[in-house]
Amino acid sequence: MDTKKMAIIATKGTLDWAYPPFILASTAAALGYETQIFFTFYGLQLVRKDLSVLKVSPLGNPGMPMKMPFGPKWFKSINWNMPNAIQAVIPGYENVATALMKQTIANNGVASIPELRELCQEAEVKFIACQMTVELFGFNHSDFIDGLEYGGAATFFEFAGETDICLFI
Amino acid sequence: MEFSKELDARGLNCPLPILRAKKALGEVESGQVLKILSTDPGSVKDFAAFAKQTGNELLSTAEAGGEFTFFMKKK
Repeated sequence: MDTKKMAIIATKGTLDWAYPPFILASTAAALGYETQIFFTFYGLQLVRKDLSVLKVSPLGNPGMPMKMPFGPKWFKSINWNMPNAIQAVIPGYENVATALMKQTIANNGVASIPELRELCQEAEVKFIACQMTVELFGFNHSDFIDGLEYGGAATFFEFAGETDICLFI
Repeated sequence: MEFSKELDARGLNCPLPILRAKKALGEVESGQVLKILSTDPGSVKDFAAFAKQTGNELLSTAEAGGEFTFFMKKK
């Protein structure tokens, strides 16, 4: 039986959207898939050395429950959603939301992004960074983790054209 | 049931139990049995799917008091 293959294009650079590509890639690798992730546009943030750039924003995101990760059960079940206009003028609102989200993630036994990324690398998931966006956004290769390859759309198609599963995230 | 290695994945959530199991299976010989403990309700379907796709045999699945026990035989 031929090895199955999966390719993912990761285009989002927030803490919440960092999960789908790394969860799917690490799981695919565990299932024996040869896996590649192409990081482009804001997705480049997922392969930065410093992952503290990843934040979650409740602003303009009505689907995001705002719940406290501590306290008694009745307190944790309160939804603290605020109108966008109020969220927008509170300094540090995203930092607080990100800290709360990270605590919720830890409370639920969900892996952190650095951990999932490392598991992907251990499982030999291939990471390709879009060279065009690296230049467009003024990044240097030294901003990114080791083991990245740099390429363009044609590089992506070389592998993607042979895959069983191909996702745009 | 006899087993060669035990993996405690209790408290971990998707996809960690599967990733840890994959790693643990790498540390036993073909034909040996890995015992896995989990509290993730999603892991019941996930371990069945993992076994089906990787060829490792899921010998049994049991639940007691919110805890799941799996025995998996390495291909």
